[in-house]
Amino acid sequence: MNIVENFDLYAPRLVDKEEYFSAGHRACQGCGEALAIRMMCKALGSDTVIVNATGCMEVVSSFYPTTAWNLPWIHVAFPNAASVGAGVEAGLKVLRRKGKIADRDVKTVCIGGGGGTFDIGLQALSGAMERGHDMLYACFDNEAYMNTGIQRSGATPFGASTTTNPAGRASSGKGEWKKNITEIIAAHGVQYAATACHSYPLDFMNKVKKAREVKGPTFIHCLAVCPTGWRIPSEACIKMGRLASETGIFPLYEVENGKYRMTIKPEKLRPVGDYLKAQGRFRHLTPEDIERIQEKVYQEYNKLQDKVNNLHAWSELK
Amino acid sequence: MSKRVGMEIALAAAEAVALCRPDVVAAYPITPNTHVPEHLSDIVAEGRLDADFICVESEHSALSACCGASGAGARAFTATSSQGLLYMAEIVPIVSAMRLPVVMIIGNRALSGPINIWNDLSDIMSQRDVGWISMFAANGQEVIDMAIQSFKIAEHRDVMLPVNLNMDGFQLTHVVEPMDFPDQKEVDEFLPPYKPYAAVHPDNIVSMGTLALPEIFNEVMKVKDEVLKNSKKVIVEIWKEWEQKFGRSYKPIETYKAKGAEILLLAVGSMVETAEVAVDEMRKKKVSAGVLKLRLWRPFPFEELRRAVKDAKVVVVLDRSVSFGGPGGPVFSEVRSALYNEAKRPVIINEIIGLGGRDVPVSDFVTIIEKAAKAIKETPKEEYEIFGVRGS
Ligand SMILES: Cc1ncc(C[n+]2csc(CCOP(=O)(O)OP(=O)(O)O)c2C)c(N)n1
Repeated sequence: MNIVENFDLYAPRLVDKEEYFSAGHRACQGCGEALAIRMMCKALGSDTVIVNATGCMEVVSSFYPTTAWNLPWIHVAFPNAASVGAGVEAGLKVLRRKGKIADRDVKTVCIGGGGGTFDIGLQALSGAMERGHDMLYACFDNEAYMNTGIQRSGATPFGASTTTNPAGRASSGKGEWKKNITEIIAAHGVQYAATACHSYPLDFMNKVKKAREVKGPTFIHCLAVCPTGWRIPSEACIKMGRLASETGIFPLYEVENGKYRMTIKPEKLRPVGDYLKAQGRFRHLTPEDIERIQEKVYQEYNKLQDKVNNLHAWSELK
Repeated sequence: MSKRVGMEIALAAAEAVALCRPDVVAAYPITPNTHVPEHLSDIVAEGRLDADFICVESEHSALSACCGASGAGARAFTATSSQGLLYMAEIVPIVSAMRLPVVMIIGNRALSGPINIWNDLSDIMSQRDVGWISMFAANGQEVIDMAIQSFKIAEHRDVMLPVNLNMDGFQLTHVVEPMDFPDQKEVDEFLPPYKPYAAVHPDNIVSMGTLALPEIFNEVMKVKDEVLKNSKKVIVEIWKEWEQKFGRSYKPIETYKAKGAEILLLAVGSMVETAEVAVDEMRKKKVSAGVLKLRLWRPFPFEELRRAVKDAKVVVVLDRSVSFGGPGGPVFSEVRSALYNEAKRPVIINEIIGLGGRDVPVSDFVTIIEKAAKAIKETPKEEYEIFGVRGS
């Protein structure tokens, strides 16, 4: 576990004091996504261009004529953060080569919600990862289309009730499992892909820093707790992110040049009920439903553990 | 010194774009425009152009990448046709709202369905009200000249708008013509390096593409409209400068034997030249006919049009797309509304021709002129007609 002695003394010194995503944005109380973005920007530092997909974060941060962004920021549309980012990256590279802008590394960082990444933006993301742009794509996954009012997406977990697959007499919420986006992107052969959560700030920021150092495409899938959409009290945001990891529902790991590593390793997984029963979106689940989810979580966790145990970095393969 | 070379027009378009030294090209293949990006990638591969060629996975990403590149302060170019343009459609009005001077060449092709790769103007007409400057070229020389002019127009401080340059699929893209190419020095003198008004870079922090509430949206749309209208002045100035430098004249509406003509054919793109041949034939038969070439589609040249038709008795608007269930063709409805408030106005009729690559020979234009001559005496009942429909 990532526990440091005298943490309270220590942590502030590890984190950039500059605010790049400033207070005054209009995110809901207890928004995990806004918190995660604030942390990410601190880890990235000032030589960064942010490319934002349409979604909660773009909407809450950029009411003209105000902006919460103290970094260069561009938003074009919903499905295309990765392709706008590709253009920004290419543009900066050529202008630097031609001596038209300062000769230093500026990182292009694309950010999108779960829907904007798993669903409508997946083609653009896959294209950008395949082409090898020097960019970080960070997905802030609150597990539904939250900006438009909690609709189901490919990122929504099994059993969750949303406004387009609500639980009811004939339905127990989403009937399909969440897409494994990190595996999909890792399969593109990127040098660095990781999962993260704002409830583990140092782990998350370290991953952002690692990704920033890579020359090429990298991906971070950050679970972002959404009290509004998950039907939990706003003060439960951090706790719920912790439970996602402690139950093994959202394991925190990284894939570096083919090598899998758990970065936060719970000694013993807590039962998924601890997580599910605390959230309104799962309120309707029966003990059988919860049992089914428990089995799947164990299975997925074991699959991941097997990769951690058995897969080697590409350079070590003979 | 400019050089005269025979070349396929799509390749010439790519050569002209390369002379403009774009920093980023992002494009996706679609017939009939494909030779433009293909040839640009050749030019990059040969080391003749220092640019990043992004082989995007879709047209949506092509235009998105151009937005990103242009937003970062780079000169950006793309090209497409038909379905590709519609695939971009979500992004098209955002480029103009963000005032990004992206240049796009469209090799015009019919929209599906049924699927058809040949020429008409249904693609660009579907993207009419989006805030872009939109122009038509009628031959290879015009493609070269207007491609170069497009960057200068788009990047002008009083404009800062994207430009689409339309060239007819196959009729232009795949035809070999002799053309004059300006040399690099001449183009560099005409087109200075791009200096963005704002760009996303940490040395000058900006937020681009923010959200506008109803309290400000009207005003933003008003600006978009005004800027596009005002761009005509700059376009005309840049065309004058071009004429002084290269000797070839460009105007929003150009005329052929139109002075004092009773019948005027108004056409866009490559069909203009066929119409001119038909007019020559009819002139031999003492029919008083002429041609108007509409070069500038957005901003629409209202005053120039009114001046050009003021002495005519009949104006035949030749459209190459249909506004289904509407007033006929889109050029027709524009021309008619431009003239509606005039005290003295000609009879205006609409012939929709050449859909999906249907050949329109000189003889068809002759038939159309003959029909127009009858319209002088008796206004036809039907306002528009899809010309030459078999079995009707
Ligand atoms: C092409 C298109 N389709 C739909 C929308 C409407 N829309 C805007 S944001 C959004 C949901 C965003 O969800 P997600 O990507 O999960 O991010 P979140 O808002 O949850 O952070 C939708 C559906 C749009 N703007 N563009």
